[in-house]
Amino acid sequence: MFGWEFPPIKSGGLGTACRDLAKGLCAIDVDITFVMPADTEGISSPYAKLMGTAKLTGKLKIKGVNTVLTPYQTAHGYDEMIHNFDILGTKGEKDIYGKNIYAEVERYTKAALLIAAQEPHDVIHVHDWMTYQAGINARNVSGKPLVAHIHATEFDRTGGNPNQFISHREFEGLQAADVIIANSEYTKQNVIKAYGLDPGKIQVVHWGIEQESPHYGIGQESPFNEEHGTVLFLGRVTIQKGPDWFVETAKKVVDHHPKTKFIMAGNGDMLPRMIDRVTELGLHNHFVFTGFLKGADVHKAFQMADLYVMPSTSEPFGLVALESLKNNTPILISKQSGVSEVVNNALKTDFWNVDDMANKIVSVLRHKELHQELQSNSYQEAFDHCIYKPAQKTKDIYNQVLINSGRNLIGWGG
Amino acid sequence: MVSVCFYFQVHQPYRIRDYTIFDIGKKSDYFDEEKNAGIMRKVADKCYLPTNKVLLDLIKKHPEFRIAFSISGTALEQFEQYAPEVLESFKELVATGNVEMLTETYYHSLAFMYSKDEFDRQVRTHQKRIKELFGQKPTIFRNTELVYSNEVAAHVEKMGFDAVLCEGVDRIMGWRSPNFVYQPPNTKKIKLLTKNYKLSDDIAFRFSNRGWKEWPLTTEKFGHWISSVNGNGEVINLFMDYETFGEHQWEDTGIFEFLKKLPEEIYNHPDNNFLTPSQVIKKYDVKDTLDIPYIISWADLERDLSAWLGNKMQQAAIKELYLLEKQVLNSGDDKLIRDWRLLTTSDHFYYMCVKWFADGDVHKYFNAYDSPYDGFINYINVLHDIVLRLKKLDDNFEVPKISTFADKLKGVN
Repeated sequence: MFGWEFPPIKSGGLGTACRDLAKGLCAIDVDITFVMPADTEGISSPYAKLMGTAKLTGKLKIKGVNTVLTPYQTAHGYDEMIHNFDILGTKGEKDIYGKNIYAEVERYTKAALLIAAQEPHDVIHVHDWMTYQAGINARNVSGKPLVAHIHATEFDRTGGNPNQFISHREFEGLQAADVIIANSEYTKQNVIKAYGLDPGKIQVVHWGIEQESPHYGIGQESPFNEEHGTVLFLGRVTIQKGPDWFVETAKKVVDHHPKTKFIMAGNGDMLPRMIDRVTELGLHNHFVFTGFLKGADVHKAFQMADLYVMPSTSEPFGLVALESLKNNTPILISKQSGVSEVVNNALKTDFWNVDDMANKIVSVLRHKELHQELQSNSYQEAFDHCIYKPAQKTKDIYNQVLINSGRNLIGWGG
Repeated sequence: MVSVCFYFQVHQPYRIRDYTIFDIGKKSDYFDEEKNAGIMRKVADKCYLPTNKVLLDLIKKHPEFRIAFSISGTALEQFEQYAPEVLESFKELVATGNVEMLTETYYHSLAFMYSKDEFDRQVRTHQKRIKELFGQKPTIFRNTELVYSNEVAAHVEKMGFDAVLCEGVDRIMGWRSPNFVYQPPNTKKIKLLTKNYKLSDDIAFRFSNRGWKEWPLTTEKFGHWISSVNGNGEVINLFMDYETFGEHQWEDTGIFEFLKKLPEEIYNHPDNNFLTPSQVIKKYDVKDTLDIPYIISWADLERDLSAWLGNKMQQAAIKELYLLEKQVLNSGDDKLIRDWRLLTTSDHFYYMCVKWFADGDVHKYFNAYDSPYDGFINYINVLHDIVLRLKKLDDNFEVPKISTFADKLKGVN
């Protein structure tokens, strides 16, 4: 399996998704070699904890290729990171590090040739554009079927202004793949729209969420008076996540529910603009900006909120919405998301419909019966979305692609 | 001898439009004319007009064929507004003399549960309107969604009704058969007709279900089931939504052909006939007393009120509605009174039901909104506006805090 990040090395949802998928697959006897572009020395220990649970019977190895590229950063962020990287002289053999985004991916891609030759495998599974060429290389070496997983298209990430290099890579990988796994019907349609690929080779596997976490149910109280009502935005503060729609909505909410507090948790290139806009609208007393949160703090933020709002302009899945439900916080999610296909007990809106969002937020804050019904029903519903369902579907897809290429099945003694 | 008693429920609510916090205090046009007209036109074409035609032909062919209808006041009004030819075709049917009209609450409401006074007014309004339109004074009562208990029977007996309809719920019937006439306890003469839900639902719900072992349901098969009751039953009450024909079961399922051929099949057995509820209670004696101390209905597997009042949103909304009753009715503002009454229609609460994610798709099919939460938000926003209108009329009117309604209402339910 070729991926870009794996907890604790991660910058976004992709790492969590890969870890959860790996965990689910291990439970049903699929052995995974996970290749990622990082120095993996010392990061096996958190994973060893994961391996410790009774159900984990498979072996999961992590191979690293050093890089500075993270999949979701902006061009500006990348430059800065390269700069720091050089100044700090991070450990490793500096001369083999690529200096730009192309070189990073190329190095990772080359490493794939070696790994594919060394590591025994039945299926090659690649996650998002950064790893697609690596997967193609691996297939050239081993001849095993290629499954391309698409977690987000370049069109989702950029609000419809794709980087040509990236979208080209994305297209090549998806076109070359024997099967494509999209994490929602929404993503599947985006792939068809953007790249005109055969819908017949795209399978939808909706994500699930880890049902157990020491952080769920900490019961963090809101620092604000209960009558205020607390509304949460949590995610990268980038165009894809719709922070600007959240702020515009907040203004309308305050007009009707004057004491409402808003938490904007996350970092991103739009954060300074958001802070300016909040001040401009006179909402500075209503807003808290927390910056990037991780670990238990993420869950505390959910628990403090009466409602989590995900106004994403394009959200291929939106696992964070399920995290909110696991923390007993109801959700208002954009219809332009994959998660809205599978969660019924949620408020749904179009991200641009500021009036509709404000109407729904105010109603939740005003009417405790609405809040309670949403809360208890959606909490129950979250149990339906465990990590083992997508893993089983993925294994079924592996087996199907093996059948189609005349090979033995995984887990059938093959 | 077996008598088949057909009763069809005809109802359409006035659905509420998307009504947001931005409309409260600014606009009081709550109902979605376009949507209501569109649905009425669609159901008229798919169900009301073709089914009325089938029934009229059947009456011409079999002069002894009998049926009963209950048509809600909100449906009658929408016929007049959006599909007047439907009302005409119902009049034509009733004019044959083979059709009995029943009475219900004019607004198809759950008023019996919350306000007996309003219940009485809505029943009388309906009775009067049926008389005006069809020239018949109804003497049989059926409550919204067949909501029933001993108390309903005792109450409507005092209002002068001869019989009331209810669901033949297994847990109530016990060893008894629904195929007899019963009497509620502590009443003088009012009779109880219990729905044979198995045979009714074979038509209403299972007719087109290919997973059902009896599919396809032929008139021969159904006629055989009816005739086999001979000797251990007297009347088979087939109660169902009229929209079964052509709307719930589409034309291509063969439902119209089934209906067209059914009377002939039933008459093949010389002892069988069709009767209206009034004829049934004249012809057959009471078999037993049927004690139903708590509320039942004809809905879902539970046969209770949980589809309307099962969750906190529904309870909060309906309590708030009835809390405003006195002030609204005393306001002297006819438009306000009418709006408030249109809000008593049970469908509004049904749309807030969250059971339908698990309970099958029946609810979803009938939901006017994308989700029960949207249904609640629209409704509660409208009630908020009603409160503001009351405040405008009376400076002293206290705007109750919505979130504390439940506490104030102890004793109302």
